[in-house]
Amino acid sequence: MKKIIFGIAFIIFFSFLIVSAINMRTFGEPTISEMDDYFIENAQSETGANNVVTSIVFDYRGFDTLGEATVLFTAVVGVVALFRGVKK
Amino acid sequence: MKEMSRIVKTVTNFVYGFIIIFGFYIIAHGHLTPGGGFQGGAVVGSAFALLLVSYGSLNSKKFLKEDIFSLFEGFGLILFIVLGFSGLGITFFYNFLANSGGWFGDTAVIGVNPGDMNTGGVIPLMNIAVGLEVLSAFGVIVLTMARGAEFTKKKEKS
Repeated sequence: MKKIIFGIAFIIFFSFLIVSAINMRTFGEPTISEMDDYFIENAQSETGANNVVTSIVFDYRGFDTLGEATVLFTAVVGVVALFRGVKK
Repeated sequence: MKEMSRIVKTVTNFVYGFIIIFGFYIIAHGHLTPGGGFQGGAVVGSAFALLLVSYGSLNSKKFLKEDIFSLFEGFGLILFIVLGFSGLGITFFYNFLANSGGWFGDTAVIGVNPGDMNTGGVIPLMNIAVGLEVLSAFGVIVLTMARGAEFTKKKEKS
């Protein structure tokens, strides 16, 4: 009984995957992307940096990078707290 | 940790300086070439891990000290936050140095070009801050874990 239920669920799940794979767009033709076009057009003149990826990471979405840096800092604090009993 | 063989130590002595210089290059050119603070910091941290693994003992090189690394890490994060707050006249994380003519303030040439170091506004400074933080985070984690492993081994022997 259990195997039959699992088999039916697997077939339904896999059919969803196949249908979405058939409906996928052809390679190299993305969906409508006004945001990407804006970045590619204006990033160089607005931020002055040639590397558009860096200008997105550190300028347009700097708040996200602040979160990443804080996560790394928290990880270091956790490691140091875990090994706090070890003498030098 | 045990020391590794003489071959590994010799190759490490040749290579680790180049790895550190390459990492600092990636950090400093983050606004022109692929890479940036996180990636360059990871490269420099891998050089520290290489030194620690090949030499085994913790204080083989004098500059590998946890206190200095933790100082640099706090400094990097605070510099990043201060740079974010200093654009607060307009918005948080505003690029107030770009196209202003001062530090890193030249306007970039539009189009495909090799680029100029003196552009990018606040982005190179943020790259340096994040790179400093990431490399010292790697150093602190590696040094602390190696010390813990040594301590555990000593305790198991006694």
